[in-house]
Amino acid sequence: MVGRSVELKTFSSRDIAWLAFLALLVAVPFIPAIAANSFRLHVLILILLFASMSQAWNIIGGYCGQVSFGHSVFFGIGAYGAGMAVVTYGMVPWPGIVVGMILAAVVAVIISYPCFKLSGHYFAIATFAIVEIFNRVFLVWDWVGGALGLDYPIIKEGIGNLMWHQSKVGYYYIALVIFVIIFGMVRWLEGHRFGYYMRAVREGQETAESLGVNSTAVKLIAMALSAAMAALCGSFFVQYNLRVDPPMVMSLDMSMKFVLITILGGAGTLVGPLLGASVLIPLQEYSRAIWGGLGGGVDLIIFGILIILMVVKQPDGLIGIIRDVRRWLSKKRTKEEL
Amino acid sequence: MPLLDVQNVTMKFGELVANRRVSFTVEEKSIVGLIGPNGAGKTTLFNCVSGLCRPTEGTILFNGENITGLKPYQIASRGAVRTFQVVRPLKDMTVFDNVLVGAFLKCSDNKRAFKKAEECIELCSLGSVKGKLAGELSIGGKKRLEMARALATNPKLLMLDEVMAGLTSTEVKESVDVICNLRQSGLTLMVVEHVLEGIMSIADKIVVLDGGIKIAEDSPERIVNDDRVIEAYLGAKYSQRYKSEGRVH
Amino acid sequence: METFIQVLIDGMLSGMVYALVAAGLCLIWGVMDVINFAHGEYLMVAMYVSYWLGFLANVDPVVSTVAAGAFIFMIGALTYKLIIRFTIGKPGLVALLATFGLAIFLKNLCMNQFSPNFRIMSDTWLSGKTLHVGGLIIALPQLTAAVLALIVVGLLYLLVNSTKFGWAIQATAMDREAAELVGINTERIYILVFGIGGACVGVAGGIMPSYLAVHPEVGSMFGLIAFICVAMGGFGSIPGAFISGLLVGVVEALAGFYIAPVFKYVAVFGLYLAVIFLRPKGIFGW
Repeated sequence: MVGRSVELKTFSSRDIAWLAFLALLVAVPFIPAIAANSFRLHVLILILLFASMSQAWNIIGGYCGQVSFGHSVFFGIGAYGAGMAVVTYGMVPWPGIVVGMILAAVVAVIISYPCFKLSGHYFAIATFAIVEIFNRVFLVWDWVGGALGLDYPIIKEGIGNLMWHQSKVGYYYIALVIFVIIFGMVRWLEGHRFGYYMRAVREGQETAESLGVNSTAVKLIAMALSAAMAALCGSFFVQYNLRVDPPMVMSLDMSMKFVLITILGGAGTLVGPLLGASVLIPLQEYSRAIWGGLGGGVDLIIFGILIILMVVKQPDGLIGIIRDVRRWLSKKRTKEEL
Repeated sequence: MPLLDVQNVTMKFGELVANRRVSFTVEEKSIVGLIGPNGAGKTTLFNCVSGLCRPTEGTILFNGENITGLKPYQIASRGAVRTFQVVRPLKDMTVFDNVLVGAFLKCSDNKRAFKKAEECIELCSLGSVKGKLAGELSIGGKKRLEMARALATNPKLLMLDEVMAGLTSTEVKESVDVICNLRQSGLTLMVVEHVLEGIMSIADKIVVLDGGIKIAEDSPERIVNDDRVIEAYLGAKYSQRYKSEGRVH
Repeated sequence: METFIQVLIDGMLSGMVYALVAAGLCLIWGVMDVINFAHGEYLMVAMYVSYWLGFLANVDPVVSTVAAGAFIFMIGALTYKLIIRFTIGKPGLVALLATFGLAIFLKNLCMNQFSPNFRIMSDTWLSGKTLHVGGLIIALPQLTAAVLALIVVGLLYLLVNSTKFGWAIQATAMDREAAELVGINTERIYILVFGIGGACVGVAGGIMPSYLAVHPEVGSMFGLIAFICVAMGGFGSIPGAFISGLLVGVVEALAGFYIAPVFKYVAVFGLYLAVIFLRPKGIFGW
């Protein structure tokens, strides 16, 4: 988990690369090979969504170093916010999305305040417990649809209802907007005071405090931001699936997915969540498509082995591998020059 | 009015009394050395002033304001900033970013913070390693980083906890020069040292602790001749011999 | 009143089994500072071992519990050799995520091989038998499991606290390097600790098919409850894990009976949060 920065981070060549990459993403639905195949577009949408969601987790888990396994709760609150606006109250989803984000941030602060007093495994297990509590309560809570969940009615498609039936292109662009919002925000944070404070808290809370950083406030703000962004992703998730129930969103497996994607890519780095999602999501979707119908579970068996290998061999994530390769290349080059 | 006024501070850890009714003052723009043998309670006193420990009894005034029991970040933002004896670099951040965290305390916009950080890095001669990860520095480099980081917060009172311990004598001289320069630029310093050679030459006042109690507070010249200080450092038996030999010569 | 005592007894019986599952995890956590996320899946595998021994060779769970314990001992040792060994000295999260991968692997391997169906063992020695004490009804399978759990936890406690091997374990837990300096083969200790931790949960899983259906998801909740018991008891404290296990069992039974069955886990996890917010290092922690 290394976040390197050397010089002034207002605008760099790396940002130009990011902008070029975004331009490419905007053009993707027009590439015939993708436009003609809705499964490929589906995989791309999920990559963007889970990259964004993992980036939201990365704020508190990667940059600020507070490894929460409770983020599926915030994801779920966002999902239920949009879902209830449409299903229960027959509205457009937008007010539900906003309420969900605010509520997720408030819940995050209330839950985290006592949890931040815990250390190491005690903190991790407390966040497990919170997920389980929310999961069970939502399962029996009639107001939110209980165990049956919320099923969307078929209503008019378009940006107003945030729903499309004919093609996935609309969803793709919404996912891209969310991706830009969250990645842009984290990019901005990286170069500003709050971003430095988050990393200082991660690296040494007492040291940060001795330099005038209110570490509790930093952690709570980071958590609130992270939770609000998680809720935003959750609301998209429910609009995309057109249904929601507690195990779908508020589960330990879901929380783990956010953590794994980030760690796999490289926690505490901007590109990490995207790298992780680009590897894990296609793996999950394609192996499910290939083996899913046969003896169930083959996709997840491979997934499990891959996680073990990845975590054990390269805890810095894919970004660590890339860094090693670069170092190796530059060493080779200097050797050749000699 | 002194910048720092420590009044009757007592710090107990259970039955163990680390400081007993310690009082002293630090005048503005002076250098005060806090010395004493191992286990004298220097670092504990430092922790009380910087807010890491809450004193069991007593009051600490900074700039006329009661700061007893405030949180470390509150004390730091009022202008009393410390370094750590056991260095605590923010390991996976670069040297520059480490210092920048300090600089952000008083400069909220990036430009000024970056400029401040550059200055402090130069002042502590870390320019050549500023892009390195802090965890990769040598011990001397880490000690200088502690100082650069604290300096970047633009403190009124800088509290240095054994910045010279474990350094070579050239490095000690360098540190002494830096400290003298800082005083000239208007800073007040409180310096904890176990090694006396560096601090004696530059301090305006020395406070001596032994067994948690203040045994002397005076100018360096008087301190070196103070019987109780010699006793604390050399032990009663040797100090008697030291004195009797002194009479013979 | 009688109902209350009945519920209390049921809670204590399942609590003792929780304590046994937790004790294994607790030993591993205490010695290596590793949360084994696959602990619940060990339990599930042990249940399958016992089930298949019964199905194919007509062995009763009471007997196969020994085999299940031995089998999970080996799986534990293997887990250490193949995975955990590489995570020692790295941030605690690494081992947790790696064992999460192992949990997914084991769960889906069983799903793939044995299907997600619930499998129930009928006509074992104990199934359906009950003891009537006064007006109370005590299910014999649960009672046997609880007694077995009590014995194994007791043995584990004695092993750690009053044998030479136990002192070596404690020394390794306190300071690995120092332990090596005095001639303890800490690598061997780690393997054995992981094995013994596995064996505890293996014994628990071995007897459970007498009264509980076997399926690939059965371990997950037990695993989570074991985390709770260990964390609530305090870092590596076996008596702490035991008492927490009992407490969790009782609270679960009371909440399930007096509030609603769905709230039993809410109560258990709520209990954990309440305890841990008051004592951040657990009941017996420091």
